[in-house]
Amino acid sequence: MPSLAGLFFWMNRKIENINKIIITKPLKLDCGKTIENFPLAYETYGKLNENKDNAILVFHALTGDQFVTGMNPVTNKEGWWVTAVGPGKAIDTDKYFVICANVIGGCMGSLGPKDINPENNQPYGLDFPVITIKDMVKAQESLLEHLGIKKLLCATGGSMGGMQLLQFCATFPDKAFSAIPIACSSSHSAQNIALNELARQAIMADPVWDNGKYASKNVQPKNGLAVARMVGHISYLSEKGMQEKFGRKLQEKADYEFSFNADFQVESYLRHQGYAFVERFDANSILYITRAMDYFDLSKQYKGGLVEAFKNQNTKFLVISFSSDWLYTTKENKDIVIALNASGADVSYSEIVTDKGHDSFLLNELEFLKTLKGFIDSMYEKFKNEKRI
Amino acid sequence: MKSLKMKKEFKVIAELLPNNTRVLDVGCGDGSLMNFLKEEKNIEVRGLELNQENVQQCIHKGLPVIQGNAETELHQFPDQSFDYVVLSQTLQAFYNPEEVLKNLLRIGKAVVVSIPNFGYWKVRMKLLFFGEMPVTKTLPNTWYNTPNLHMCTIKDLFKFCYEKNINIKQVVGVNEDKTSLIKKSNLEIKNLFSKLGIFLIG
Repeated sequence: MPSLAGLFFWMNRKIENINKIIITKPLKLDCGKTIENFPLAYETYGKLNENKDNAILVFHALTGDQFVTGMNPVTNKEGWWVTAVGPGKAIDTDKYFVICANVIGGCMGSLGPKDINPENNQPYGLDFPVITIKDMVKAQESLLEHLGIKKLLCATGGSMGGMQLLQFCATFPDKAFSAIPIACSSSHSAQNIALNELARQAIMADPVWDNGKYASKNVQPKNGLAVARMVGHISYLSEKGMQEKFGRKLQEKADYEFSFNADFQVESYLRHQGYAFVERFDANSILYITRAMDYFDLSKQYKGGLVEAFKNQNTKFLVISFSSDWLYTTKENKDIVIALNASGADVSYSEIVTDKGHDSFLLNELEFLKTLKGFIDSMYEKFKNEKRI
Repeated sequence: MKSLKMKKEFKVIAELLPNNTRVLDVGCGDGSLMNFLKEEKNIEVRGLELNQENVQQCIHKGLPVIQGNAETELHQFPDQSFDYVVLSQTLQAFYNPEEVLKNLLRIGKAVVVSIPNFGYWKVRMKLLFFGEMPVTKTLPNTWYNTPNLHMCTIKDLFKFCYEKNINIKQVVGVNEDKTSLIKKSNLEIKNLFSKLGIFLIG
C-alpha cells in the first residue's frame, strides 16, 4: 500500500498523460475573475463521422469525471456510466461519438483547486476562484469548438450533469439538436443545499484540511472527505432500496460487538464508499463543485424566469425522473417540463418507476436504458433528415 | 400503409383537423394517431399519456410525449397553446369529466372529443332485455373492472354542451365503417345507431 502522498504523486503522473486541451480564450467567470490558458481534460469514445452529425456530449455529475465508460486509466475502475455508454449500449459508441469533459473545479485534469497557482507556485486551495455551473458549461463549449462540432446530435447528463445540460441549452440554444436532462433540477433545493453544506462542513472540520492548504503538504483531509462522501451515498439511495439492500444485516458477524465498529452492513458500506473515494478525489474540489451546484438557479438568470430561459429553443428535450429519487424529485423534474412546455419547446417526459433512488441513472435500469436508446436513435434519424434538407 | 391499418375513428378525427396545425393528443396511447397526423397532415403533435409502455413506444417513434395523468396534469399546458386538443374515448373514465373538458377548451382553440355511445341500440338491448350491464366491442369491460365511471350517450353530450354554452361545430357518428353527420334533426336516430360519437367543439 503506497503512502497517500505517493498515491497522489502517482495519480498526478497518470493525469498528466490524459487528453486535454489548453483553453487560451479568456473565460470571464460569474464571480468576476477571468481565467485563461487553462487545461480542460476530456475523453472521447467512438468515431466522429464525416457529416459530424453523430456527436453526443455527456456532462458528468458531482464526483464523476471524463471517463464515462471502459476502463478509467487513473483509478483502474470501470467508467461511471458503463451501463449506458459503450459498444451496443443505449448510447452506442459503435454508432455515436461520445464526448465528456472533466468540469473546471474538478480534479481529473481540468483546472481545479489542486493545480499550481502561478502567482505563488503553491496549489490554489481556497485561492481558486468560486466557479458556477455556467462557467463549467462555457469551458466545455470551447472543447466543441476545438473538436470542430457545430451542432451536437444530443447532449445529456444526470444530476449535476443535468443541471449543466439545462444551462448549456439556455446559454447556447443552437448547439444541441436534442437534450436529455436526467434526475436534475433547474434550481438547487434547500434540502440539496443543506446536504451539500453537510459535506463541506465535514471536510472543513477535519484538522488536516487546514483552510484548504493541505495540498502543499501532500496530504488530504481523508476523514472529512470520507464523511462527505457518506452523506452523498445516503442521498443517492431510497429508503426502501436501502432497507432491501441492507436491512439490519450484520457485517460478517453473528451478533453485536457492543462497540463502535461497523456492526451493520450499511455502516460497512458507507465506510467503504467513503474511504475508497478519498483515493480518487480532491477535498477542495468537493467544496468548489458543491458550491457551484448550490448557486445554480436557472430561473434567476432570466427576467422572465425559467420559461424565458428556454425561449427560442429548437432543441428537442426528453426529461427523465425516477419515482424513488428524493434528491432530485419527480416534482422538480416536472417543473422543467412545465417550463419547457410553456415556452413552446418540443419536450417529452418519462418517470421511471424504481426503488433505486437517485442512483438509478447509473444502474442497469432496463426501462430507463430502453427509453434513452429509443430517444437517441429516433433523434439521429431526424437529425440526419434535417441535415439533408 | 399506416393509414390503412388505422381505426376508422382516427380517420374521422384526422379529417376534422386541418393541415399544418398544432395538436395535443390527450391519452395518445402508442402514438399511432400522432404519427398519422404528423406524416400525412404535417401537424405538429404533442401527446400526454399515463402508461409507461405507451410512452416508451411514442419516444421510440420520435413523437414528443409527456408522461402524466390528464385528470391532474393538464394545468401545465398554457391557455390556447394548441390549435386543437384531441381526447379519444377517455372522457368517460375521468373522475371529473366536466373539469377535464373545461381544461381542454382552455388549452385548445377547439377540441375533438370522441365517446363510446351508451345510447347505441345493442347497449340499450342488453340492459332492457337481459337486465345486464352491456359488454360490447367498444365497451369491452364488465361492471366491476371497467375504467368507465361516467358513461354517456351522444345525446347526453349534446345536452351537456348546450347547458354549458359550449359551441358544437360538428358531430360525426361512427358505426363500423360508416360515418354520418349528426344534427339536432337526426339526433334521436343517430344516437341509436352510432357506436361512437366524435364531437368538434369550442
